Amino acid sequence: MVQQAAAMQQAPVYLDANATEPLRPAARDAMLAGLDQVGNPASVHAAGRKARIMLEEARRQIAASFGREADSCVFTSGGTEADTLALHAFGHAEGRPILMGATEHDAIRRAVPEAGIIPVDGQGVIDRTALEEMLEAHEAPLVCIMAANNETGVHAPLREVAALCRRHGAFLHVDAVQAAGRMREQDDFLLALKDGSLEGASLALSAHKMGGPKGSGVLLLPEDRPLSPLLPGGGQERGRRGGTPALASHMGMAAALEESRRQDWNILAVLRDELEAVMVQAGAIIMGHGVARLPNTVSAVLPGVPAQMQLMALDIEGYCVSAGSACSSGKVSRSHVLEAMGQGEAAGQAIRVSLPWNVVADDVRAFGRAYGLMAQRFAERGLLKKTSSCGRSQ
Amino acid sequence: MRILVAMSGGVDSSVVAALLKRQGHEVIGATLQLYDHSGPAKPGACCAGRDIMDARMVAERIGFPHYVIDAESRFRESVIESFADAYARGETPVPCVACNQGVKFTDLLNMARDLGCEAMATGHYVRRVEGAEGVEMHRPVDRDRDQSWFLFATTREQLEFLRFPLGEMPDKAHVRALAEELGLDVATKRDSQDICFVTNGSYTGLVEKMRPEIQGPGDIVDEKGNVLGRHEGIARYTVGQSRRLGDIHTGTGERQMVTAIDVPSRRIIVGPRQTLTSDESRRTVHLRDMNWLIDAPAEGVRCGVQLRAREGLRQAFVRPLEGNRAEVQLEDPALPAPGQACVMYEGDRVLGGGFILADR
Repeated sequence: MVQQAAAMQQAPVYLDANATEPLRPAARDAMLAGLDQVGNPASVHAAGRKARIMLEEARRQIAASFGREADSCVFTSGGTEADTLALHAFGHAEGRPILMGATEHDAIRRAVPEAGIIPVDGQGVIDRTALEEMLEAHEAPLVCIMAANNETGVHAPLREVAALCRRHGAFLHVDAVQAAGRMREQDDFLLALKDGSLEGASLALSAHKMGGPKGSGVLLLPEDRPLSPLLPGGGQERGRRGGTPALASHMGMAAALEESRRQDWNILAVLRDELEAVMVQAGAIIMGHGVARLPNTVSAVLPGVPAQMQLMALDIEGYCVSAGSACSSGKVSRSHVLEAMGQGEAAGQAIRVSLPWNVVADDVRAFGRAYGLMAQRFAERGLLKKTSSCGRSQ
Repeated sequence: MRILVAMSGGVDSSVVAALLKRQGHEVIGATLQLYDHSGPAKPGACCAGRDIMDARMVAERIGFPHYVIDAESRFRESVIESFADAYARGETPVPCVACNQGVKFTDLLNMARDLGCEAMATGHYVRRVEGAEGVEMHRPVDRDRDQSWFLFATTREQLEFLRFPLGEMPDKAHVRALAEELGLDVATKRDSQDICFVTNGSYTGLVEKMRPEIQGPGDIVDEKGNVLGRHEGIARYTVGQSRRLGDIHTGTGERQMVTAIDVPSRRIIVGPRQTLTSDESRRTVHLRDMNWLIDAPAEGVRCGVQLRAREGLRQAFVRPLEGNRAEVQLEDPALPAPGQACVMYEGDRVLGGGFILADR
């Protein structure tokens, strides 16, 4: 009885890292130092100079992580602002037509509803043939591609995409929000960074997807260059983004990024693969299973069971996971990502499990058991449809 | 037990959730999102956008999970579209019955079962009584808040699973006091009223927008077809009403009332109220889609019937017919409006009910 009562009071198990990662202790420490530093980085006096040095150190660290000069790093309020700034500066302000992947995040999609949409295949990978045709049909466009998808974790073939863009004189913007803090040696994103494929591209980053704070982001420019700002303000960030920089948050981001580069993501990948096997056993179909993905992400369809039902059933049992997109009211909608992948009905029946950097193996296994019990109950209630496939998307 | 509470964000359902939680049940809150809230929210109707947030706050404060359920498309089809369809047939629908019947007591209730709940509770004012021969529906203690007429279509199987804790409350002041005591922010919130999905104050505007074919003026005629006046649209009329007939009352020297709505000719047919309400031939009413909360009485049953949401009981004899229909013999003549509900009572107990059919 005592044990049961204790179990009921346990904190929920957090498996929604792609929504936001738990704060890393190193990021927290860096932020505390930043919070305690009085002074506006733009001020002339001693306090201002001190704050400025801390900000510039964060800037240098972040830029260096991607092999860039410090001055190519523009701090923003987050990933959405970084994406919007790129669309504005390299798209609208430079008069480029805009093309984007079909599974891009709303930060990109909703900013330019009239953009040309580059299709993806059934696994969520950008269709290079279609991209090439579109590049031929448009004059020096801005192409927006996410390095890794937030719902499925599927990586983009960035080296190929970058080569195509270069060949056709297109400007490439990479939404690296999900990928930047979870890089493995074999990932196309890291390989593309290393071999210079992304030298001419801009990158959008977000602190809280790396284990930093919410409210901090970066637009990394291909080079130190002026651009048309969204917020001219007082000319901060060398005229590229007005407003006093959120010093503590940006310091938190730099620290989180550094920690994330030290993490062995293969450990998470092993746990993730183990979990996927359990979920498939319970009747799930894994999206993007056959292609390169983030090490922490599972996108699982339970045929016939609305995503909302799954989220509720798992939340009641104490597990925080998510579905395609949740609006501000908390209503669960169909996943535009899975729709773009041609998954039809399944777009309303998928949940995303994303392991955080500090995930506990036992929690993942407990989740697997809870998922199995849930699937069993839905099967008994006649909701769950049996699939003939081997549990993997084609 | 694990129990799902349908929460609108108002005082009543919030109190229900808090009460059940206090009694030690595992409460799960759910709020249906019934329509798009991007427009201006309508305060005072159930389930406007801010009400979802209110429900969330209550759940967070009391300490139980709360979910927003997307029922938009289902609500549009099963409630709003059929509401407009009914007007386009010249009927006067009761959308709250359709909503309770479909979205709430079918969809949400099934969801509760799927989530392993043993019951579902709502903030409705009606009593669920465990009788010797099964579960019964009764009028609530607080007669001013009686919602039994709107709930007649609840099946016995649904009723078995449902709980209505507010049916036992002596009055609204008691519920508000309880809300204060439970520390609920919504204690002073105004009550919901009117049709929730009509946001600009006029249901006729909505109906005419959805069914433009019935829009526009037409003639008001007497039973013989003589034109007595003009009207601005048939959706503004209900059988039995005397309002909106302009100077026809004075013109004919008698108080008139609507006896029928002829959709194809867009005519409103009226007759003298005095004559009609004593017309002995107007004592039979036919009902469709009967729901019996007792074993259907093959021989018929003498009982009280209520023909409108706010109206007294009339004495009647009700006999089930083939095809889920029934025939009601009223003791005194009446002009019930097609599409409205006819609900049967024996004392406080709801025996069943059905929807009124047009008599010609």
